Amino acid sequence: MNISAMSNQEPLLEVEKLKVEFDTRRGLVQGLRGVTLSIGRGETLGVVGESGSGKSVTAQAVMGLIDLPGRIASGDIRWKGRSLLGPDGERYARDIRGKEVAMVFQDPMTSLNPVLKIGTQIGEVLERHLGMTRAQARNRAADLLAAVGISAPVRRLDQYPHEFSGGMRQRVMIAMAIACEPQLLIADEPTTALDVTIQAQILELLAELQQSLGLSVVLITHDLGVVAGLCHRVAVMYAGQIIETGLAEDVFERPAHPYTQGLLRSTPRLDEVSDRLVSIEGTPPNLVTPPEGCSFQQRCPLSGEACRKAPKLEHIRPDAEAACWQPSVPAWATPLMSPTFP
Amino acid sequence: MLNPVPAQPPAPPLLSVQGLDVTYETGAQGFWGRPKAFKALEDISFDLHPGETLGLVGESGSGKTTTGRAVLRRITASSGKIVFQGKDITHTKGEALRKLRRNMQLVFQDPYASLNPRMRVIDLVAEPLLVHGLIRHVDEARDRITELLRIVGLPADAHDRFPHAFSGGQRQRIGIARALALQPEFIVADEPVSALDVSVRAQVVNLMQDLQRELGLSYLFIAHDLSVVRHISHRVAILYAGRMVEIADRDDLYDHPIHPYTEALLSAVPVPDPRTQRQRKRIVYGGEIPDLVNPPAGCRFSTRCPLATDQCHKEAPKLSERSAGHLVACWNR
Repeated sequence: MNISAMSNQEPLLEVEKLKVEFDTRRGLVQGLRGVTLSIGRGETLGVVGESGSGKSVTAQAVMGLIDLPGRIASGDIRWKGRSLLGPDGERYARDIRGKEVAMVFQDPMTSLNPVLKIGTQIGEVLERHLGMTRAQARNRAADLLAAVGISAPVRRLDQYPHEFSGGMRQRVMIAMAIACEPQLLIADEPTTALDVTIQAQILELLAELQQSLGLSVVLITHDLGVVAGLCHRVAVMYAGQIIETGLAEDVFERPAHPYTQGLLRSTPRLDEVSDRLVSIEGTPPNLVTPPEGCSFQQRCPLSGEACRKAPKLEHIRPDAEAACWQPSVPAWATPLMSPTFP
Repeated sequence: MLNPVPAQPPAPPLLSVQGLDVTYETGAQGFWGRPKAFKALEDISFDLHPGETLGLVGESGSGKTTTGRAVLRRITASSGKIVFQGKDITHTKGEALRKLRRNMQLVFQDPYASLNPRMRVIDLVAEPLLVHGLIRHVDEARDRITELLRIVGLPADAHDRFPHAFSGGQRQRIGIARALALQPEFIVADEPVSALDVSVRAQVVNLMQDLQRELGLSYLFIAHDLSVVRHISHRVAILYAGRMVEIADRDDLYDHPIHPYTEALLSAVPVPDPRTQRQRKRIVYGGEIPDLVNPPAGCRFSTRCPLATDQCHKEAPKLSERSAGHLVACWNR
């Protein structure tokens, strides 16, 4: 059972034991190795992890963006209880994606068509999904630009993407995503390409929209600070699996998995001066031949005999789960001064 | 505490930049048009002491990379003075410049793009030695390179492998080994950890701190990530649209920012702690960074600043000292 299912409402999106593989020259890469998560209405879930941990692949699988050489090997993705996989599911998914579930991508520089006016690009979405006429679409597009905080929206409709700054383009992307009044917005590193002050504006916009439209949001990011401000719940991914999940306050305050603990202590903070950062030696495992047992064991200071068997994601508190044989044991000692120079 | 502020003068600064301007030309408008010039940097001054890290922070287009390149003499300064080890190097040329460059090295942002994929690690690390004529053949420096690789924490068998065999963090270590090969005293690190994942970033930050302590290096640490800068720097300078708006000792700047832009910038950085983060007040200023081709007269932040007065729109404030070592360019604070 997962956290949001404990509240009485039915979750909007459920991902169950999802496995995604990529057939590459180096061999079969196991991009996702059994991911289970769910999002309730109005909830914000932060998915945190480093490159290659599978956070973007999870979003792409939900949006049907896994192309060859990738494929969904097993598992299920359900929207309001109905599967989006298989022939029936795909027909259903075509109605859902872009309309009830929308996505915002990382790079606002490359996700807009440079030769089409902004108004045309937003209008396209409205004409296609909502069957609006061109004039209706144009009016609505102007409203949307105003909603995401772009001044002089009517004039902006006739401009091209290159006339917008990075932050403005990301606002346009968000306007397009919310054009059909989706219930779930998946934002994949929406602020990574932006400057900090612009990032703060975009995050504030997402929080406002979430409140005013009752949106559910999945926020995928590598930045723990971004999650801390916006998310109710957090899922931490490592090597294609979720290794810890729980309420944001709890995960940040009492991280149970050694990887989560290490991640938090290797992140410098603006409001504190630390003597030395925890350094998680080594690198994430190769997903062509993932290790037997726990995928973090090679880098984990606590690893022992038990870790040769893979731990399952299990409850450590009523509202928190971790995949570790020794959850909540402090894993990282105060780091030594200088390991390189004896 | 680690990161002690190094002894202040009498030790003379290793590097002293005084009133540095850099001018770029834009492309010509149309076939007959003339290229326009704009000032990417205006009146930048700072000192860097031996063994010190100066963090240089700003948003895109603020001129932080240009500052680094100008100091290394990769870009010509249009006016101002750069003094390195007591010598004016603003106009050094030819052989003297080559010699000078042994002492100042650059670590790049992107460890994937900055290493030639067809060169073995040993060749990459030996290249600076060859270029500067210190060795004639790679084999002469084998022992030295083994030692360098050990210092930066690369496995002993790394010598004969190619960059593709290494992860991002390891490649950045190769880049650092390359910069250290000539035993420089001064390193400009231009966003050295921005392309790295969180856990790997900590490894490289720790390595840079160890190297500084052991070898007495001075860093000009250019970054947009204010949290990393606080961690690694002794002093921090903030750039906005080509001008320096504030420079101070690290804790002074973070705990008591004076310039309205510094305040806004610091308040925009999220803290990885939900309780703290939700209580933090963000200072929001509308508008965007001005176009440097047509910069506003006066203070460049005046177009967005809530405190701006007539004076701010007319006359650019100069850096002035508010407390020991804390300099701010603002009329109203």
